[in-house]
Amino acid sequence: MDMKATKKLGLKERYSLMTRDLAWDTTYQKMEDVFPQTTYEGIKIHDWDKWEDPFRLTMDAYWKYQSEKERKLYAILDGFNQNNGHLSVTDARYINVLKLFLGSTPPLELMAARGFSMMGRQMNGAGPRVACQMQAVDEYRHFQTQIHSISNYNKYYNGMDEFAHQQSRMWYLSDGKSFFDDAITAGPFEFMVAIGFAFEYVLTNILFVPFISGAAYNGDMAAMTVGFSAQSDEARHMTLGLECIKFMLEQDPDNLPIVQRWIDKWTWRGTRKLAAVGMMMDYMLPKRIMSFKEAWEMYVEENGGALFKDLARYGITIPKCFGQTIEEKEHVSHQSWIGFYMKPGATPFHTWIPTPDEMDWLSEKYPNTFDKYYRPVLEFFDAQEKAGNRFDNKTAPMNCQVCVSTMKFNEPGDPMEMCFRESIYKGEKFHTCSDHCKEIFDNEPEKYIQTFISSHQVLQGNCEPEGVDVNAPDFQPGKQILDYWKLDKRALGDFNGSEDQKNFAAWREQATKN
Amino acid sequence: MAIDLRTVSITPLRQTFGHLARRMGADKPASRYIEATMDLQPVENYHYRPTWEPQYDIFDTTRTAITMKDWYALKDPRQYYYGAWTLARGRMQEVAEGDFDLVDELGLAAAYPAEGKAQALKVFLPLRHVAWASNLNKAYVSSYGYGIAISQATCYASMDQLGVAQYVTRLGMAFDDLDALAAAKTAWLEGAEWQELRRYVEDLMVEKDWFEVLVAQDFALEGLLYPLIYERYNEKLNAAYSPVFSMLTRFQREWFGETTKWLDAVIKATGADNADNKAKLAEWIKKWRDRAVVALKPVAAQAFGAEADAIMAELVQNLNARAAKAGIAL
Repeated sequence: MDMKATKKLGLKERYSLMTRDLAWDTTYQKMEDVFPQTTYEGIKIHDWDKWEDPFRLTMDAYWKYQSEKERKLYAILDGFNQNNGHLSVTDARYINVLKLFLGSTPPLELMAARGFSMMGRQMNGAGPRVACQMQAVDEYRHFQTQIHSISNYNKYYNGMDEFAHQQSRMWYLSDGKSFFDDAITAGPFEFMVAIGFAFEYVLTNILFVPFISGAAYNGDMAAMTVGFSAQSDEARHMTLGLECIKFMLEQDPDNLPIVQRWIDKWTWRGTRKLAAVGMMMDYMLPKRIMSFKEAWEMYVEENGGALFKDLARYGITIPKCFGQTIEEKEHVSHQSWIGFYMKPGATPFHTWIPTPDEMDWLSEKYPNTFDKYYRPVLEFFDAQEKAGNRFDNKTAPMNCQVCVSTMKFNEPGDPMEMCFRESIYKGEKFHTCSDHCKEIFDNEPEKYIQTFISSHQVLQGNCEPEGVDVNAPDFQPGKQILDYWKLDKRALGDFNGSEDQKNFAAWREQATKN
Repeated sequence: MAIDLRTVSITPLRQTFGHLARRMGADKPASRYIEATMDLQPVENYHYRPTWEPQYDIFDTTRTAITMKDWYALKDPRQYYYGAWTLARGRMQEVAEGDFDLVDELGLAAAYPAEGKAQALKVFLPLRHVAWASNLNKAYVSSYGYGIAISQATCYASMDQLGVAQYVTRLGMAFDDLDALAAAKTAWLEGAEWQELRRYVEDLMVEKDWFEVLVAQDFALEGLLYPLIYERYNEKLNAAYSPVFSMLTRFQREWFGETTKWLDAVIKATGADNADNKAKLAEWIKKWRDRAVVALKPVAAQAFGAEADAIMAELVQNLNARAAKAGIAL
């Protein structure tokens, strides 16, 4: 637009006219009834007008940019699908990355969409409300483009077809679900710290860069394009998360301890989720980008460290868990992969023992830990598998009451000792995986006693397919768990010998030879 | 001559996701809208109750008096998933941009007769605040509505209304009149002719039943307001002066025509589910329609003078006809 009126206005004034000048303080209804959620967490906001808009995008410009991006994105997806793009990935093991991604990520993007819609309704400042609404609609974009990009793989490979059904049922997806359920059930300010700051700012790079780069390195143009196309949205989301933290801290000194506690809590909760990203990077990508340890150093220790240095002027200190995450970066990816390998009957993706070359790569990348702790375990499993005695842990896992991860992490400072913590609340014992999760539990026990732990719920008869009579005399809890999960048997267990492996080989042959 | 382009053809193992095959009753390819919408919202095994409203689950069917056997019956005939929506809006904004450019290039706003301009801006500009309220109320529906079919459609509609509020603001700026925007805000806050309308949208900001908010904001209020202003009033101005206001509010007119199709389909599917829904919808439509008439009367009087009542009566009839067509007897 090029008009006299706008020439007089600066960008900031113009954007203000387009957003907060539209708002008014209601008088027929009390403001505290219109916006009832922004006081109970204890955060004090004195002047919502002090909010600095993190980006200034009016809807006309938004539609212009976003429609250009969508047009390109879907053209590439169509081309990729039409040309059997799935056969151009490095090797069929890569497709298991997509299975892990589809189960864990679009459902959480959807929760982000719903959560940011709530923020876009509940924040009583017009500035943050508009920014949150824009993020909400972006998050619709993200879960939908992710599903669309993987949809074509689902037609050819097993284990992706029931992701929507499994999102609330699969034991290993429960940690991600609890993460977002926790954030969305918290108050609006905690949600903003949890998702806007800890998730979208501190941890976003280590979450998404490995997936997108992994796709690029492994010939998956569909997922790669979706990822690249989302990056400019993510840049906006990052500025929103950071602005929200600064705004809270500038509004009142009493906000500092509350915000600090949330940063500590959510950085740790996010870190626990990243174990799966670690195993994806170190074990599941046929062509590796870098090790999880290297990624952690680059994206979290360096970038995150610089960020917290920047926030020091507000009195924010580095999250309490930082030291432990640095120690764990050499362990968690191995522990996770081994953990999943041991459950061949319970995941819709395949596992495998790394090839000798891949083991050597791990030795080189993890000189302090791989040969000492993890290679022997993997080689033992390999020998057992070859001897026809494939390890299969059929027992239900024990889970952390807070992060819902299976108990598999080691005691700080002692890789040979598993870490367990417990708290007693109202006469009942609750188990956690770490000091940080225990602290989170102890701060809000009323919340975390509600956690839905699959292993417990199965035994209580709450995880049965429809039609099962849990009161029948011969009822055996969990006997039909595969049906409850709708888990396709072809998707289970080892990659070696799987239908995916055979089909991929046959189809590639068909596509490349005469 | 027909050319047979050859591709390597591989027989897929399945055509679509399990939840979609069950819904469609067959394993067949699903549209991108279906893939992006159906059965995606979690419905079970929530970990925690909201600290802000512990009486409810995170997503809870009891947040409205409406009941549905299938919440995904509220699907969008426009098939708007994000990509389809943003492409459609991208095209509309391109046209709007052209209109604003043309008005500027030809100096049409400056040439507009002063009397008509003052009269028109008095009617149009406070509507930016109405659109802002609509944005907020639709955000409520989107936040607490059940199922992705309704939550995404109302999320897009909410963003559309932010767009409308911004287009109305630009309309004020196109007439080079920031003072008119300020005067319109004062009128919105204090002018007697706007207070019933402001009360209406503010009352909706505390209404808890999200479906009632949808009926009151989208069906009753916008179902009268948009034809009143963006059709009838524009026609009046076109005849008396020139079509500049029609040009600069084209987005709103097109938006209303298109969005009505979606909303009527939602109302129809909801009523079709059960008799209680039908009765509830009829009750809400009557209640809010009558209030909307009260709220809009002074606005209509400003715009149409003595003809206002007749025009309002006609628009109410049209709204009743829409309800009847959707199967709701008032």
